[in-house]
Amino acid sequence: MSGQSFLSTSGTEIAFVLVGIVALGAALLTVTTRQLVHAALWLVVALGALAVEYLLLTAEFVAWVQVLIYVGAVVVLLLFGLMLTRAPIGPSPDADSRHRPLAAAVAVAAAALLVTVVADAFRTTWITLRPGAGSAEANGIGLFRAWVLPFEALSVLLLAALVGAIVLSRRRAARPGVHEEADD
Amino acid sequence: MTVMHAQVLAAGDVSGFGHDPWWIMLIKAVAIVVFLMVSVIWAIVWERKVVGWMQLRIGPNRTGPWGLLQSFADAMKMMLKEDLVVKNADKFVLVLAPIVAVVPSFMAWAVIPFGPEVSMFGHRTALQLTDLPVGLLYILAVTSVGIYGFVLSGWASGSTYPLLGGLRSSAQMISYEIAMGLSFAAVFLFSGSMSTSQIVAAQAHTWYVALLPVSFLVYVIAMVGETNRAPFDLPEAEGELVSGYSTEYSSMKFGTFMLAEYINMYTVSAVCATLFLGGWRAPAPITTIWAGANSGWFPLIWFVIKLQIGLFFFIWLRGTLPRFRYDQFMKLGWKVLIPVSLVWLVLVAVVRAMKNEGWQFGRIALWTVGGVLVLLILALVWDAVFRRKPAGGGEPAPEPAFDPMAGGFPVPPLPGQALPPVPRRAPRAQRRAAAARAAEAETGGTDTDDGDGSPSPANAGARSAATTSTTGKGAERDDR
Repeated sequence: MSGQSFLSTSGTEIAFVLVGIVALGAALLTVTTRQLVHAALWLVVALGALAVEYLLLTAEFVAWVQVLIYVGAVVVLLLFGLMLTRAPIGPSPDADSRHRPLAAAVAVAAAALLVTVVADAFRTTWITLRPGAGSAEANGIGLFRAWVLPFEALSVLLLAALVGAIVLSRRRAARPGVHEEADD
Repeated sequence: MTVMHAQVLAAGDVSGFGHDPWWIMLIKAVAIVVFLMVSVIWAIVWERKVVGWMQLRIGPNRTGPWGLLQSFADAMKMMLKEDLVVKNADKFVLVLAPIVAVVPSFMAWAVIPFGPEVSMFGHRTALQLTDLPVGLLYILAVTSVGIYGFVLSGWASGSTYPLLGGLRSSAQMISYEIAMGLSFAAVFLFSGSMSTSQIVAAQAHTWYVALLPVSFLVYVIAMVGETNRAPFDLPEAEGELVSGYSTEYSSMKFGTFMLAEYINMYTVSAVCATLFLGGWRAPAPITTIWAGANSGWFPLIWFVIKLQIGLFFFIWLRGTLPRFRYDQFMKLGWKVLIPVSLVWLVLVAVVRAMKNEGWQFGRIALWTVGGVLVLLILALVWDAVFRRKPAGGGEPAPEPAFDPMAGGFPVPPLPGQALPPVPRRAPRAQRRAAAARAAEAETGGTDTDDGDGSPSPANAGARSAATTSTTGKGAERDDR
């Protein structure tokens, strides 16, 4: 923000990098820890660190929505699901999958793709942050003027997912004889 | 009206905050913490006193004058208790959980406005630690983090009842947070801002409880659900779950949960006062006779009074209402509160859009009321024309009969299942008549004088006959 050189860093930039390292480390721990509930808690740390990154980028609206939705709802629901089914205290080695190398390869490929796209899109562009650029008003104007079509398409997609989930659960309830055996 | 709202929208900045010297910020932060601690100490005594009065008891009166030092006695007792850690527990998370529960409840107070701008040691500063353009979003986000404290305590205890309590707590707080957020949205639409100080400023003329009564009601119900208090205290229902998520907690770890619960009660009351009851503003009759009621340090009084009214409401509910059953509670949240808030939000948005267009009040009222009436009539017509067909066409498949002990446990009826009718006692007049007839048949005489004061042998016989013939257990005791 203060200078345009990568060598003269400001406090905000140093904080940004440090929080980024925290997010990355927490994300790695999420997939490597052997305790199911601890994995969910590391995910909370990673998502919270992302929210801090948004704050550092002056996007306060997105940051608090991130906390509200991802930390406050998505992971709580995940924990809820874990506890409803199985949430042992201590390591659960039987939860390990045989497809670890494959999953790692997919993850590295996805990360590489994202990093390449972002790096290629911005190259050496210097974006000066100004306070208020990430306010609720700016987000609303951007979302409902320029990006209204993708926004609505996304909401239809979510609705479809919701209806799909209901249909799946209803079908199972309607024919109990067939699926109960499959469940067992 | 239109002009007023236009001004409010134009003034939507919070640039006055965040420029205080560091020592004023420190004073404010410490003052908030002290205020909260003192409030909690008061709340514990007050709750025990009020619940005592409601149950025709005296309440605590041994410690200090009027039992005022009861909270200190409670705190000392808690600190001196043994700090148990269950063998099966996840020790780190067990200690972490109460901290996670209590820290967000303090954090939410950073954006609560206590009063207007005052002079503090020669500096002009607002009685509010700080403010954000998205202040209420911050409160929602921070309080939603507090859920982790309850969920994790239930899980980390390594015991069944706490786990169930944690499950209930998470489901309940997430469900009621949706209704709460929707009631906030109506306030955002009218105030044009998400910052708490701006919302209070927008209520200078009319409190939102008058403009948005439905949102207020939804918020009041949701705030009780959100704080796990009676009648929605299912996560710690002692009849079912021992003490829910806090079963395995003792000493100050348990005390921290209590602290979090009481601060949460104050937090939701403060948000309620800020959003719907004019924040720190004095109520109408006071401002008309005393012009200075809304300036200087006086608003602190009104704010604290509003907080205490909120707290009293919580205690009142606890002393009055029995606990909800879990399925009733979820039905209320998902099938009543959320749909009602959604419909209300659409209505509010329409009115707001008309106001933005600069319509007159009469025209807005005409169109809104007319629109609602037309929709109602259409719905009725739809109901009359289309609803009949499936009912007449084919009989609905009979639901499986309700089995109160399905799977070996007592269970509530599923949706669509009806409870078997509860055998009711006949009305007293009928019972008297039946008893008289029975007595007549027994003795053959006409000795049917059944005054309550003079039980004759015949009367006693009649009473036992009535008990065995027409009514069930307990009828005799009820008669006396």
